[in-house]
Amino acid sequence: MQLTLEFGGGLELLCDSKKIHNVNVEIQNGEDKLTMKDLLSWVRTNLIKERPEMFMKGDTVRPGVLVLVNDCDWELSGQLNTSLEEKDVVVFISTLHGG
Amino acid sequence: MSSETQEAEASRIRRQINELKQERDTIDAKISELQSQLNHLHLKNGVVSNGGSSSHSSNALEPHMIYRYSRHLLLPSFGVQGQENLLNASILVVGAGGLGSPALLYLAACGVGRLGIVDHDVVELNNMHRQIIHTEAYIGQPKVKSAAAACRSINSTIQIVEHQEALRTSNALEILSQYDIIVDATDNAPSRYMINDCCVVLGKPLVSGAALGLEGQLTVYNYNGGPCYRCLFPTPPPTTACQRCADSGVLGVVPGIIGCLQALEAIKIAASVGEILSGRMLLFDALSARIRIVKIRGRSMQCEACAENTTFKQQQFQEFDYENFTQTPLSVGPLRLNLLATESRISSKEYSDIVHNKEPHVLLDVRPAHHFKIVSLTKSLNIPLSTLETRLPEISTALKKEEEQKGVASGSSAQLYVICRRGNDSQRAVQYLQKMGYTSAKDIVGGLESWAHNVDPSFPTY
Repeated sequence: MQLTLEFGGGLELLCDSKKIHNVNVEIQNGEDKLTMKDLLSWVRTNLIKERPEMFMKGDTVRPGVLVLVNDCDWELSGQLNTSLEEKDVVVFISTLHGG
Repeated sequence: MSSETQEAEASRIRRQINELKQERDTIDAKISELQSQLNHLHLKNGVVSNGGSSSHSSNALEPHMIYRYSRHLLLPSFGVQGQENLLNASILVVGAGGLGSPALLYLAACGVGRLGIVDHDVVELNNMHRQIIHTEAYIGQPKVKSAAAACRSINSTIQIVEHQEALRTSNALEILSQYDIIVDATDNAPSRYMINDCCVVLGKPLVSGAALGLEGQLTVYNYNGGPCYRCLFPTPPPTTACQRCADSGVLGVVPGIIGCLQALEAIKIAASVGEILSGRMLLFDALSARIRIVKIRGRSMQCEACAENTTFKQQQFQEFDYENFTQTPLSVGPLRLNLLATESRISSKEYSDIVHNKEPHVLLDVRPAHHFKIVSLTKSLNIPLSTLETRLPEISTALKKEEEQKGVASGSSAQLYVICRRGNDSQRAVQYLQKMGYTSAKDIVGGLESWAHNVDPSFPTY
């Protein structure tokens, strides 16, 4: 499945300082869909190069990270259970505090 | 003229300049106070004279206001009603820094009736590149005083209120309750939670902006049934995820843009025009020139601060420990770690003696390479902490080379000292180096800042 993943607010530093990643994620054998839960573990294995604890806590993102699926907060689409579709855009952004 | 008489003459002139500046400040403050009194008299008369003897009876705006705000009045979607709403509104800006600077300038200029400023900090030279409300003449003076003077010089007809203090749970309710709209232009996590919670218990809309590096974020919380900060972020992030402009850097114009947008949202709320950025968040990426507006969750039923059945009220707010909650101090000061035993540490003065006595040693600077490029001590070896693990052989080589050059007697060896900007990363590095067999590695307490402060005042700080 072709997806566009974007990292911002400093999270890009965890994946070679690259903000936009066009990726191809295979649906696991025996599954009929790809969920955000699947994608998170894929990202952790394949994209996060350092300090994984700055990206995830348990099986979800760490506090202070907003997840957007097609410009929409994942809380509105079922969080970890959100089903992804071909060409979806998923954004991970760390909240900023500076000023 | 001898150099001594010249110096005496120079210091006499400097003294005179300072005296005159102080006199000017006093006079400026007096003029501004009188102007404000005069305007209030006008305002009262204006209302009375409407329908009285004057030849015009259009609205409550005085002639000088019609002229000043004419370009607002000409906007069909803003007009007289929008301007009158603004003039009757009160807005508090918390923080007169990178975000607060442009926000305050626009809010003062546009004619918000009463504009409050909270800040406890003083103006510093390294603020000037982004905190554009301040001028060099105010370096060392309170930001509130500087910002208020700038606002008054733009618009002497509005009321500017100075709150020269740090916002805390003990004074926040009292200060915020005096305003209709709150603008969060602070720079740290505990302040953001505290201001949010205070707005929730007082029922005030909160225009929240943040900026760091080359990115900015903006949204309006607690507006018209929309979510609050805690609905989005019920659990505070780990402290390691809260970067500061003083550590990570920030391109000056980035908070400028977000601060302008904060002013815009505050103006829209005050004037009751347009669609407010509530339930949505604006994400700004300066480097790729992209602005994205995303839909965020609504008010959370489980929110500790704003859910309908919450027990979080004014008293709970006053008792809440925001520093403990976020594990971050409210007044942002640099972190001061203390990881090592005293025998593994030396002061910058002691290191200066080592250099002076030409004792054989290697100085390892573990700052990131782009920091090292700003300024460094002569003959220091730069291996950033993040790459230390893979570059240990370079240290061994450097130590061996030093021993050969200095002709160290067999049995003794060159010492290894580690430095960084403030003395935190150098301790982490020494911990690691000792574990890897460099048992005599020592860190220089307080880093280059201490060097500049205690040894060489001409050494640049940043």
